[in-house]
Amino acid sequence: MANMLANIFGSSPVKPLEKHIGIAYRCAKQLRPFFSAVIKNDWKKALAARDLIERYEHEADNLKKKIRLQLPKSLFMPVPREDLLELLLVQDKIANRTRDVSGLVVGRRMQIPETIAGQFLEFVDRNVDAAKQARKSVRELDELFTAGFRGAEVDLVSGLIEELDQIETDTDDKQAALRAALFDIEKTLDPVDAVFMYQVIELTGDIADMAERVGRRLELLLSH
Amino acid sequence: MEAQYIYIGLAAAFGLFMAWGIGANDVANAMATSVGSKALTIKQAILVAAIFEFLGAVLAGGEVTSTIRKGIVDVTPIAGSPELLIYGMLAALLAAAVWLLVASRNGWPVSTTHSIVGAIVGFAAVGIGLDAVHWDKVGTIVMSWVVSPLTAGFISYLIYRSVQHFILRQEDPLAMAKRYVPVYIFFAAFTITLVTILKGLKHIGLHLRMQQSYSLAIGIAVVVAIIGAVIISRIKPDPKSEKKDHFYTVERVFAVLMVVTACGMAFAHGSNDVANAIGPLAAVISIAKSGTFEAKSALSIYILVIGGGGIVIGLATFGRHVIATVGKKITQLTPSRGFAAELAAATTIVIASGTGIPISTTHTLVGAVMGVGLARGIEAIDLRVVARIMVSWVVTIPAGAFLAIVFFFIFKTVLP
Repeated sequence: MANMLANIFGSSPVKPLEKHIGIAYRCAKQLRPFFSAVIKNDWKKALAARDLIERYEHEADNLKKKIRLQLPKSLFMPVPREDLLELLLVQDKIANRTRDVSGLVVGRRMQIPETIAGQFLEFVDRNVDAAKQARKSVRELDELFTAGFRGAEVDLVSGLIEELDQIETDTDDKQAALRAALFDIEKTLDPVDAVFMYQVIELTGDIADMAERVGRRLELLLSH
Repeated sequence: MEAQYIYIGLAAAFGLFMAWGIGANDVANAMATSVGSKALTIKQAILVAAIFEFLGAVLAGGEVTSTIRKGIVDVTPIAGSPELLIYGMLAALLAAAVWLLVASRNGWPVSTTHSIVGAIVGFAAVGIGLDAVHWDKVGTIVMSWVVSPLTAGFISYLIYRSVQHFILRQEDPLAMAKRYVPVYIFFAAFTITLVTILKGLKHIGLHLRMQQSYSLAIGIAVVVAIIGAVIISRIKPDPKSEKKDHFYTVERVFAVLMVVTACGMAFAHGSNDVANAIGPLAAVISIAKSGTFEAKSALSIYILVIGGGGIVIGLATFGRHVIATVGKKITQLTPSRGFAAELAAATTIVIASGTGIPISTTHTLVGAVMGVGLARGIEAIDLRVVARIMVSWVVTIPAGAFLAIVFFFIFKTVLP
């Protein structure tokens, strides 16, 4: 009978969700050293970064499965379980896209054209910023639960999400500029390389898109 | 003459066993909320529980003890053979204690109160006759088992909503907490003292007029609130921990409040649950001494002392482990939420104690926790467990009754 009171409390998904976005961000963050190394043609360093990315992606995946398992339908929560699962899914995609883009670059031993290298690194940085801002927003989840999704805390999170949106818009602008720059020099590149370069830009830009979707999901929670 | 001592000896032994079991298990649930929210350490929790369980039992435990002792069984049909009631009460005590032991070993969520009431009704209805049960009184008690968790849930819902409104959703929750928490402390201390004074003190021979009672309750509550306010004013924000959790210092302010409600909870538990052990004991002793049913005889304080003491021993020997285990698992119940649950449960229980109705402390606390959950205060409540608890409400009564009937017939044959 002593266990009864304790077992009423299902395992809360809040801290694990915050932990998960932390791992996803750490995964995305590795793109900075990764692409710096790729541009310098230092494959040893690039592969080391790629190893870390794979490890974090794996870690995020495992945590995702664990969180899902501990969220049975019988749980009574202040917000719908489905919304939390959706949030988890888009958080996980930040890590997935990071793995995809780094995998593609490593697989084809791709070279980033020198003329756009600086611009490209800035673009990567901005995407990582978006992931960081997503982490900052999700980390407010426990405070949101404490405040019951009303009041001053909601305004604070709305502000964070707004900032996240601005970062994402910024990555969109940078992405367009980068594509234009690539278009200017694509004739000088190997055609297959050029096609894949577009794809690398696309996949990298997805990271900010996923971060923005994390914001959207959080916003949905706020409206409950 | 000799038989009397056997009866009293057995009753004392079973009563202590039962009280020990209550202390070892039930009290742990009442105190674990405070330990889980880190408002108290385990050692402090045991100290608080020991003092206030004992005070609750002695100051406010009289009414419920009377109910268990002479409110359920109607003795008129067996006026000629008082020993039947002795066998019955012994059987009920042993049945409830054994059932509790079996249940807690298997981790089944059962209530001491439900076991003992089921056991008494069981031996009376089968061993003596259906007429021997005050069915109207039993009906009231069973109704209260439904009503008490609902009441506690409703109160805790209102309390937690007010906490959200006045403190947690404000721009500066810390300043708000420092302003309002002493007010909550005042109300917590006031309610519990007032009910105790109004309902409990006559058992220790203290009679106060209405006006005196209110003034005394207000006086005590003001003193407690001032002490609380002084402690709270010394709490300084911790920027490092605040960065991780904006409500870190706010919760520390609530932790002060929770110490008060933890005392209230232990007091309430003592006032209601001690009767489960000593009600039957008191019945046996009074019949064995006089040879008749002395319905009017007052409850001796020393029996309450035995009950309170047994609970404290149970708590000290075994309860600490249970508190530690449960406390670790209920970290979701932070002080701001835990106090709401505890205050609501304690208020409900103390009022029930004053009216003499035996209710389940643990189930009332479960109701209170659900109330906080409904106010969107708890991150995840497992409804399957709640359903299982509800089933146990129903199962425990026939189980206690069945065991009591078996023991009753054994005692009837074996004892002189």
